[in-house]
Amino acid sequence: MSLVGFFDAGSVRLALAVSAAAACVCAPVGVLAVLRGQSFASHALADIAAAGGAAALLLGVSPGVGFLALSLAGAFALAALEGRGRGLATGIVLGGGLGLTALLLFLDQTRAHIGGAAGGVMFGSLFALAPSALVMGGAGALLVLAAFGLAGRGLVFASLSPELARVAGLRVRGLGALYLVLLALSVTLGAMSLGAVLATVLLIGPALAALRLTRRPVRAVLLAGALALAACWGGIALAWASYGWWPGHVWPVSFFITFLVLGEYGAARAGRRARHV
Amino acid sequence: MFEPFMREPWAVVTLVALAAGMVGYFVALRGAGFAAHALPMAAFPGAAFAALTGVSAYAGLAGFAVLGALVLAWLRARQDAATALVLGGLMALGALFLSLSGAYGNQVEGLLFGQVFAVGRGEVWAALALALGVAALLLGLARPLTLSALAPELFALSGGRTGLMEAVFLLIVALAAALCLPVTGALLAFSLMAGPGAAACLLARRPGVALGLSVALALGIGWGSMAAAYESGWPVGFFVGAFTALVYVAARGLRRG
Repeated sequence: MSLVGFFDAGSVRLALAVSAAAACVCAPVGVLAVLRGQSFASHALADIAAAGGAAALLLGVSPGVGFLALSLAGAFALAALEGRGRGLATGIVLGGGLGLTALLLFLDQTRAHIGGAAGGVMFGSLFALAPSALVMGGAGALLVLAAFGLAGRGLVFASLSPELARVAGLRVRGLGALYLVLLALSVTLGAMSLGAVLATVLLIGPALAALRLTRRPVRAVLLAGALALAACWGGIALAWASYGWWPGHVWPVSFFITFLVLGEYGAARAGRRARHV
Repeated sequence: MFEPFMREPWAVVTLVALAAGMVGYFVALRGAGFAAHALPMAAFPGAAFAALTGVSAYAGLAGFAVLGALVLAWLRARQDAATALVLGGLMALGALFLSLSGAYGNQVEGLLFGQVFAVGRGEVWAALALALGVAALLLGLARPLTLSALAPELFALSGGRTGLMEAVFLLIVALAAALCLPVTGALLAFSLMAGPGAAACLLARRPGVALGLSVALALGIGWGSMAAAYESGWPVGFFVGAFTALVYVAARGLRRG
């Protein structure tokens, strides 16, 4: 594996920085999402966000802005529907939204002449980010660090047991709204790095693996962050090194990151089992 | 719209709608929306694998969809976090196959959101075989599929195995998902495989009527989407998603009214 020139390329440095921000944001929020049993809600949210990414390209804005706008709107809409909007009805309405994404991506390519819009929005384009992505990533990471620094205990408590948290005098509604904002932010950064289809993997995979290995919330958050960062940077290094494995084609970076996360989860399961035997 | 080169696309859309409408009735009956969402995603790398290796698209799709059905049966078709990760892994595998085949830019959009106009003659025969298989299995197993969903205790008492029926149904949905994918794409196959059935079950109570209505609605959505896509030049997936959502919302309104 040759890493000659790896750190010299500007696009690689930007990818490393933005994916590090995505890992910092997704891992702690992913722990909350798993504790709340919302892995599939985050998957639906990423599907909604795709329409925002496609619309942003059409308007000439950075896709991250579109991802953020729609995942914020979607997060609060899904929360309002919770309990009522489960099952087929939600899926069919979401299907209408995905149809709209198909149309927007088509218009991206025909009207705005953006080649590869579908691939970029749905499967990510980590090596083709605009420098402004770093601003969004940095702001997101700071916000998540601040939220967890100031209200981390409350966020975890309200996720584990809303009733107990309410009895203990925590403002559960406010914490729930903060969680939704953080969730939208992590779907946005996940979609910018891995694409809308695979954003869920970075959000819940490291969190699941970490919660298999430790039950303590603070350790789980830190461990999930480390696992997410390792998968992202490892994936970028592998994608760089894959040039030449298959004549003329680079392997997609989101493929490597996804499979490194899956590997971490598998190893965590196996490790847990081995400890119990 | 009815020129000779459009003969194959019309034939495939018709077969897809027939199979999707039939499966959709049982999806609504059995509350199997999750399988209808997951199995098209499992089939996605199959098309990409076919593009990479040169095997028939439908062979690749059916192979991966059946593999996905086995994995789901093993995971007991649970809508949990581990299943979400497995589905992510399959989609990532599809992205890899497409990249290596050099067809990424051309095909990723079609395989996610549908692309019916690129159907050749060989694919019509494969689609026919898949549609016949789906129809034969569903009609042959209609009674146990219905009974095991509506009255599992009764079904078990009469000697049926509920778990086996669940696995067989996952296999049927997998074949239908493989059939739908080139037309609707991986993300919108759910719409065509769940929407008409859910709408039909809202409107009709008797099983035979609901099944027929589901097929009729699916045919209407399929043909309408195809005609609208041809006239506008817009992607067929947009119309499939939009028409299905409209039909479903209308069915809910009719039921309430």
